[in-house]
Amino acid sequence: MLSSTADHLYWMARSLERAENTARMLDVTLRMSLLKQVLLEPHHEWRAMLSISGLHEDFEARYDVPSAENVLHFMALDLQNPGSIYNSIYKARENARAVRGTITSEMWEALNATWLQMKQIQADGIDEDGISKFFEWVKERAHLSRGIAHGTMLRDDTFRFIRLGNFLERADNTARILDVKYHILLPSPKDIGGAADYYQWSAVLRSVSSFESYRKIYRDQITPKRVSELLILRQDMARSLISCVNEVQRLLHELDGPNSAALLARCDALHARMHATNINDIFEQGLHEYLSEFLEEIYQLGDLINTSYFWSTDEHPSLSQTQTA
Amino acid sequence: MKKAYDEMYAPDGAVREHYKRYASWLQKMPNEVITRKRKAADVAFHRAGITFAVYGEANSKERLIPFDIVPRIIPALEWQRMEQGLRQRVRALNAFLHDIYHDQEIIKAGRIPAQQILGNSQFRKEMVGVDVPEGIYAHIAGVDLVRADHGTTEGEYYVLEDNLRTPSGVSYMLENRKMMMRLFPDLFTRQQVAPVEHYPDLLLNSMRSVAPKGVTEPNVVVLTPGQYNSAYFEHTFLAQQMGVDLVDGNDLFVRNETVYMRTTEGPRRVDVIYRRIDDDFLDPQVFNKDSMLGVPGLFSAYRAGNVTLANAVGTGIADDKAIYVHVPEMIRFYCGEEPILSNVPTWELSKADDCKYVLEHLAELVVKEVHGSGGYGMLVGPTSSKQEIEDFRAKILAEPSNYIAQPTLALSTCPTYVDSGVAPRHIDLRPYVLSGKEITMVPGGLTRVALKEGSLVVNSSQGGGTKDTWVLEN
Repeated sequence: MLSSTADHLYWMARSLERAENTARMLDVTLRMSLLKQVLLEPHHEWRAMLSISGLHEDFEARYDVPSAENVLHFMALDLQNPGSIYNSIYKARENARAVRGTITSEMWEALNATWLQMKQIQADGIDEDGISKFFEWVKERAHLSRGIAHGTMLRDDTFRFIRLGNFLERADNTARILDVKYHILLPSPKDIGGAADYYQWSAVLRSVSSFESYRKIYRDQITPKRVSELLILRQDMARSLISCVNEVQRLLHELDGPNSAALLARCDALHARMHATNINDIFEQGLHEYLSEFLEEIYQLGDLINTSYFWSTDEHPSLSQTQTA
Repeated sequence: MKKAYDEMYAPDGAVREHYKRYASWLQKMPNEVITRKRKAADVAFHRAGITFAVYGEANSKERLIPFDIVPRIIPALEWQRMEQGLRQRVRALNAFLHDIYHDQEIIKAGRIPAQQILGNSQFRKEMVGVDVPEGIYAHIAGVDLVRADHGTTEGEYYVLEDNLRTPSGVSYMLENRKMMMRLFPDLFTRQQVAPVEHYPDLLLNSMRSVAPKGVTEPNVVVLTPGQYNSAYFEHTFLAQQMGVDLVDGNDLFVRNETVYMRTTEGPRRVDVIYRRIDDDFLDPQVFNKDSMLGVPGLFSAYRAGNVTLANAVGTGIADDKAIYVHVPEMIRFYCGEEPILSNVPTWELSKADDCKYVLEHLAELVVKEVHGSGGYGMLVGPTSSKQEIEDFRAKILAEPSNYIAQPTLALSTCPTYVDSGVAPRHIDLRPYVLSGKEITMVPGGLTRVALKEGSLVVNSSQGGGTKDTWVLEN
């Protein structure tokens, strides 16, 4: 497959997954902000949300206070924020447009329709009542696109690069959502186990559609350790870090390009480490530290995927052979 | 002005024979149904993103080309003659291109003045002596035909221009048919309409037949300037329909006079490039130095015969307006036959007699700059003011040989849905002629329609629309 085609497919999927997870992250933050906590400074959770996404500088340059209204607008509809849901959907659609001949027409039409609706929503604006509906809409459109990919596409490298984008972005985003909790909760031991704590953890679970799963698996009260275990190490959870890494590893082995040795080695190592660890080790190291390391690994994998498959210079290891042949 | 030739109605108002079945169907069709179907077509085109972009607007405008649901119908016999004429014309044009980049027999024979060819900016010196597979230069030709009453002839077809560089529009021909079959499936059971859906197969076969020597399984690609090009939809469409890769300049590179594309499996050799980039932008090492669209070294690989470009470099000399007048002579010279299709009568202002006549009749004529295109440097006498005509006269007098002139033809009309109902609008026709080891084409082509009342401009950038084109089989 053309490197640029693979690149577009991968970013199409990543951008859409990002749009979905941004909606999920905003949703959890909104839920948390509704739980009044006198101890916290105003807008604390919205500030946290911005810093996790790495977008606080851009926000501060153009907005006043990080109020719910401002941050929601910035993260959902802002045309100038490259990480807004609006722009993620735009990127997904532009990448799809570049490879519309490679994806199925259903896939393209769904993404194109999503973009056309997004433009309309942006133009109309979203009021307070509409925000939850909007998050639902974003999730539904992402579900739809993934469903179409599953239901219509040939299981070839096209499909694999799309899936690779899905799972790599999801691994990154789930880790960030889990990290929201760290940024929001003041490290005050007396809060732990309190009512606010319970609601915050359950908001995290709900935001990644895992509240029901938690109940099924643990049949017990919600504790930070179990939520973390569920979202990091449970292989049967659709959005957990380990199941994302499992998928990424499987896909990379199936793709196995002539220039992917370093990539595979790094991914295999991460995969092995995750399978060898348990939640107590992770808590001993510190959840935030563990997640930061994980995000760095995902970043490095993304970088290696670039050099292995989307090489953009005319230097390629196999070129010397081509020349002598 | 006399009423233009109408495709559907004879001058006495009777429906022409080949339109009778369609007309009786249309008559029975309630207006609400038509309105609903027209809306459905718009929605479907929009959803499918069958749009054209406007240059320089990255994010904003993607427009639909208006699609009209009344087809343009051509009887079988009429098409047969047209097809013969097109084959003959394209054969001659390819022979001409091979000749002028090799022995230049037509110049030696004194049939075309040397100056008009060698002094023409469209003549590519770089191509002299370069051999191309099968001697084919214009692999894809989009020949614009118009129909008009002129002099004593009624409804005669004329070739308006031969587009031999990167003619576009064929995707609309295919999408229009698909849309008509989707909207009005019953119409196609009422009469036999010649299919056009196999065009991409013919195109791929044609491309494969001109692969470099020794290549048995050629890797064919479509080269696009990128997704902000106005015809980008068509580029993706054709690549997808042929099942080949769509590439831009960044996907390709040249090593040892061989073209490769970057793939996830490493470099892969490219054998045939259906390029939709103009000559000037193909290779910054040889042509426009500032081109970001092309591939450095591409021309060296081409000269070495390691890659085929379709169309070839340098075809612009054969569809230049100064050369147009000589096409009938080319047909006689290379094919030894009389031309089947007529040229529009043309005055060459480089000739003193012609120039004198034209200057006396500016108000009636269309005057065109020889290398101009897209309506630039053009005077349409009947719709111009006295001042505009006088200004143009001054330009002509400064360099007469830079101009040709033609009578203002009243292009034929076809009934078309407009805001006020169904009304006649002017149309043209662009059939696509494919040349490889042999010449192939699908019946019909793209019919463009000028949606503004009285307008003769069918270009999509200026409010033109399109129609499905039916060639009847019987």
